[in-house]
Amino acid sequence: MHADPVGVLTGAHFMDGDHAACEGAIAAGARFAAGYPITPSTEVVERFSNRAPRIGATFIQMEDELAASIAILGAVWGGVKAFTVTSGPGFSLMMEHIGYAVMTETPCVFIDVQRGGPSTGLPTLPAQADMMQVKWGSHGDYEIIALCPNSPQECFDLTIQAFNLSEKYRVPVFVMMDEVVGHMTEKVVIPSADKIEVEPRHFTTKDKSSFQLYAPVGEEQTPEMTKVGEGYNVHVTGLTHDERGYPNMTPAVQERMVKRLVTKIRDNAEKICIVEQNQVEGADVVVVSYGITSRVAQRAVEMARAEGLKVGTLRLITAWPFPEHIFRALAPKVKGMVVAELNLGQMVREVSRCAEGKCRVAAVGHAGGTVHNPQDILKAIQEVAR
Amino acid sequence: MSTTTTPDCKVHPGNPVESFLRTDRMPHIWCPGCGIGTTVNCFTRALIDSKQDLNKLAIVSGIGCTGRVAGYVNLDSFHTTHGRAIPFATGLKLASPETTVVVYSGDGDLFAIGGNHLIHAARRNMDIKVICVNNLTYAMTGGQTAPTTPEDVITATAPYGTYDPAFNLPYLVEAAGAVYVARWTTFHVKQLARSMQEMFAKKGFGFIEVVSPCPTLYQRRNKMGDALDTMKFYKEVSKTKHGAPTSEVGLTKSGEIVVGKFVDRERPDFTTHMHEHLQHSLGDKYIPAEGPVCG
Repeated sequence: MHADPVGVLTGAHFMDGDHAACEGAIAAGARFAAGYPITPSTEVVERFSNRAPRIGATFIQMEDELAASIAILGAVWGGVKAFTVTSGPGFSLMMEHIGYAVMTETPCVFIDVQRGGPSTGLPTLPAQADMMQVKWGSHGDYEIIALCPNSPQECFDLTIQAFNLSEKYRVPVFVMMDEVVGHMTEKVVIPSADKIEVEPRHFTTKDKSSFQLYAPVGEEQTPEMTKVGEGYNVHVTGLTHDERGYPNMTPAVQERMVKRLVTKIRDNAEKICIVEQNQVEGADVVVVSYGITSRVAQRAVEMARAEGLKVGTLRLITAWPFPEHIFRALAPKVKGMVVAELNLGQMVREVSRCAEGKCRVAAVGHAGGTVHNPQDILKAIQEVAR
Repeated sequence: MSTTTTPDCKVHPGNPVESFLRTDRMPHIWCPGCGIGTTVNCFTRALIDSKQDLNKLAIVSGIGCTGRVAGYVNLDSFHTTHGRAIPFATGLKLASPETTVVVYSGDGDLFAIGGNHLIHAARRNMDIKVICVNNLTYAMTGGQTAPTTPEDVITATAPYGTYDPAFNLPYLVEAAGAVYVARWTTFHVKQLARSMQEMFAKKGFGFIEVVSPCPTLYQRRNKMGDALDTMKFYKEVSKTKHGAPTSEVGLTKSGEIVVGKFVDRERPDFTTHMHEHLQHSLGDKYIPAEGPVCG
């Protein structure tokens, strides 16, 4: 279906990534946000607080990130699309509710504008160091979807994608921004509502006697939704539960339920994953990056190409599920991969795992606070190409 | 015996409670003599008598023995994370304003790990109804000290007796801004059911504390007898004082239990206040949220 025109600011704008992400959420149909102020993400909810009462939406500033991250889940079961926004320490506080959203299959969106850590770290400066936390930070086995915009335009586009994927798979989806992308101001084109594809919530049409809140449907292996007040008398719990939603703490039900939570994403990973590849065919070296680092890496790649090196680029737009199939196919064809990211080695672990020793994998880490010097990435390219 | 007019919920004349329960989930996990089942009985009585549309009522629990209530009642029900029933309920209420949202949870869940959320929801006067079963301990995990445990009580984590002061729940909740505050024990079943009914009818943040036995862990460990002894104890030491100053109703190990309705006052609830304020600020530009929309 198409976006609701009420929320869509069609036109060309000059705005930063935080504001663009907010507009993406609104265009996707989000009508509820709960937040707690934290730099450098606060502008997203500041804008939403301004826009909400003019578009039939609700914003509430909660008392902390624990509250914000579960208020949105309550709102989703109340029947709306909802999101929250945070950074660094706030993201750490939200971990338990990521697990709860996964376990209860509550579609929702978290926007994390990454800053330097650990702890309070660098509140106003960039990092990409929550990339493993988003995948592994909540306890237990689970799969989520995480997207990495590298421009304000993509903050808009991918936030819509995030909502669409969350509804399709009943899973929390993460927009993993970074401080630079969040605060960088560029042209953002917002299409007309009829040009924006929006995934509606898949409310069940089954009657009460036959509907099961956790019975998988279709190749997405994802159950249909409902909301309060429809007479379904659903039970939603973070305990291990059966298809009816009833607690059932047996190894057999745990196996069946957790496996499905994981396989609904893993089995559909090739459909979910988006990467951007450039001159990868015939390349000796492929530079792998995402978010703001992809734009810094581009400079290094151009310098390397000017030296005659055959260099391709591969940008992770989807970080999770990790696009394993692409890396497994690519590794035997190249001399090596250079992975540049604003952390001291996170997604490079996935690249190495999927390369299976078939090519060299070099990490160009950075503790955050600023972006890479392209020369550092160039050096790694030269080294791997040798 | 009364009957409800709710479509999905025909009340069996012999057992007024059964149709409110997920009987396919019985037996429940609560111990013999536990007071939680008694409170659920009162809750269902209050639902019957208040003629609540059960399709427009949702129950939200946290974690713990009382947290399991959500799983046993045949309503839209949410068993959330430890301490976070109230912020979940806040989101649910804002997204679905026509739904009566009841938070049903224990003292540890609501006042220790979830204490911050409780005081903020009371401050906002969110239109949610909190039923707090106070068994004075962390029962699900084996009877450890809670912020409600009175002084000089033996617990699993205070083998020489507790020495940190306990919260006086009605005093705290009144100070934070609740518009309805009452306390009963599981001995006062009629009063409790009536009080719940009264709270459902009142817009804003309502709070009922139900002092309840945990014979397995609290009473036994403190040589206070079994469930029947506890009922006798409640009967003996309870004193009904409607309108009592909440500063004077703190609980002790074996002293008087002041019960009654302490607070019943008027203050605009969060949503009403928000609508009025935004209407005033934005005029014609204000488009109120109209409940569930999922385009």
